[in-house]
Amino acid sequence: MGRIWKLGDNINTDLIIPGRYNVTTDHAQLAKYCLYEAYPEFSQQVKPGDIVLGGHNFGCGSSREHAPTSILANKVKVVIARSFARIFYRNAVNIGLPVLVCEEAVLNSEDGQELDVNLETGEIRNLTTGQTFQAEPLDPFVARIVAAGGIINYIEMEGTLR
Amino acid sequence: MGTLAEEIFSYKLGRPVHAGETVVVDVDHVMSHDTTTPLAIKAFAKLTGQKTGKVFDSKRSHIVFDHIIPAATIAAATLHREVRNFAKEQDISILQEGICHQVMPEKGFVVPGSVIVGADSHSCTYGAFGAFGTGMGSTDIGVAYATGRSWFRVPETINVNITGTLPAGVYAKDVSLEIVRHLGVDGANYRAIEYTGEVIENFSMSERMTFSNMAIEMGGKAGLIAADETTRAWLQGRTDQEYPLLRAVNPHYERVIEIDVTNLKPLVACPPDVNIVHPAEEVTNVKIDEVFLGTCTNGRLDDLEIAAGILAGRTISPDIRMVVIPASREIYLEAMRLGYLEIFSRAGASVGTPGCGPCIGRHFGVLAPGERAMTTMNRNFTGRMGDPTAEIYLGSPATVAATALTGYITDPRAILLEESRA
Ligand code: SF4
Repeated sequence: MGRIWKLGDNINTDLIIPGRYNVTTDHAQLAKYCLYEAYPEFSQQVKPGDIVLGGHNFGCGSSREHAPTSILANKVKVVIARSFARIFYRNAVNIGLPVLVCEEAVLNSEDGQELDVNLETGEIRNLTTGQTFQAEPLDPFVARIVAAGGIINYIEMEGTLR
Repeated sequence: MGTLAEEIFSYKLGRPVHAGETVVVDVDHVMSHDTTTPLAIKAFAKLTGQKTGKVFDSKRSHIVFDHIIPAATIAAATLHREVRNFAKEQDISILQEGICHQVMPEKGFVVPGSVIVGADSHSCTYGAFGAFGTGMGSTDIGVAYATGRSWFRVPETINVNITGTLPAGVYAKDVSLEIVRHLGVDGANYRAIEYTGEVIENFSMSERMTFSNMAIEMGGKAGLIAADETTRAWLQGRTDQEYPLLRAVNPHYERVIEIDVTNLKPLVACPPDVNIVHPAEEVTNVKIDEVFLGTCTNGRLDDLEIAAGILAGRTISPDIRMVVIPASREIYLEAMRLGYLEIFSRAGASVGTPGCGPCIGRHFGVLAPGERAMTTMNRNFTGRMGDPTAEIYLGSPATVAATALTGYITDPRAILLEESRA
């Protein structure tokens, strides 16, 4: 169960973590500057377990892994969007930040409401309205990486990348 | 048989593969830069068991210092040192002579038919050489450094076919912006774009690179152009590696977009998204504080030549600052020899050391609150060049140079026309 932070379309990586602030690999620093300028209240008030809802093309722009890392570092439970930009999606999967595509959940949920998300089944329940939604299933290869908790764990389990 | 993307993956794997398949491929080269390497090292160290691990091949692993070079802050210098230490341990030579996407081809690392992964979203630039270049995050790149491999979902392809004759004052950048206007900022998400048509065939490598570079601004995974004699001539003397000139064979494209450039005008992308494109002549009332000529999109010799042609014997508006950054040392030296750098300097511009410069807002020309920049960059995202309230406009080198003269966004044809009358 987590509070929804609803953002718009085309939330790019410069909005998520501006280039001026990503000269670091320190998680605490990255957490602090997550959406720092675009959504100042987010960086001040986000709590572990909260949920980010994005519109279309979430995470477009640069390949900086600092972007999903800064969200993960805030212990956000999952990012649900109508669609993700390719590199952001891949980065999130690699580092173990859960990402789900669910058009309906985004369209029918509002900022500040509460969501319950089952990451295994992709079932999403809006606790404020009582509505339930089903996220799109993952690509089988991606699902294996997600199940392992990220690409590093996946390769360690498999012994190699294959 | 298939699109250029399918042909490249089929060639790499030695068996026919098709869009939608997920494949694991031995990559030809791996690249990361000063900002993305530190996180890649972390992933690499985790995977290889801390410091003892070695990269798959130190001659095919490349680290480029370009994003904040020379270091502008203590934090950047500290990160640089961390990366230098890693490179030394790994026997990787750090390239410090320009923007990664310019230096990689110049060094002969980008050949047709190869697969190259880079920890930078504009790694799609290598598509100009018929190579499958794509941007990834640091963890993917750390994995590639360790294993020499990466996984790919072979993408569907959107074909952009470009025909007609470019009018005077209209350049490859204007056509690129026109394509973004058509496709939108996520119109090619998860897909490859394959550029074809007479305009592309007649373009130089530099102009082709502008196209491939901007594929990511539509979400594209790659921006491919089939290699031909132009490619071969450019690579002459840069590599002695053999390579195939692959092209699409009976391709099935998801979508075909036809663009006739004959009536195209100089275009400007307005903040904050690259698809907010208007003819330059319709936004001439926008007052500009800084102009920037450079980047992996338009910092090459022909770009500098176009701008120098407009600025020769003139001075920029006293209300404006102009920054010029050649994309690489090779270009810098050539521009110096040809007198372009002197033209810029006499016109009142600051000429910087090859690298990304103000493109990511960390040094050498950052913007104050509310300021506006007219640039040859590929991205106009809010806050990218400095203060989050500053605005970024994108256009061709000619539009940027013309704007430098007047202090307002200027259609370069106005200046070029004046010249032809004089
Ligand atoms: S010039 Fe700009 S877009 Fe190109 S690699 Fe550097 S920061 Fe990225």
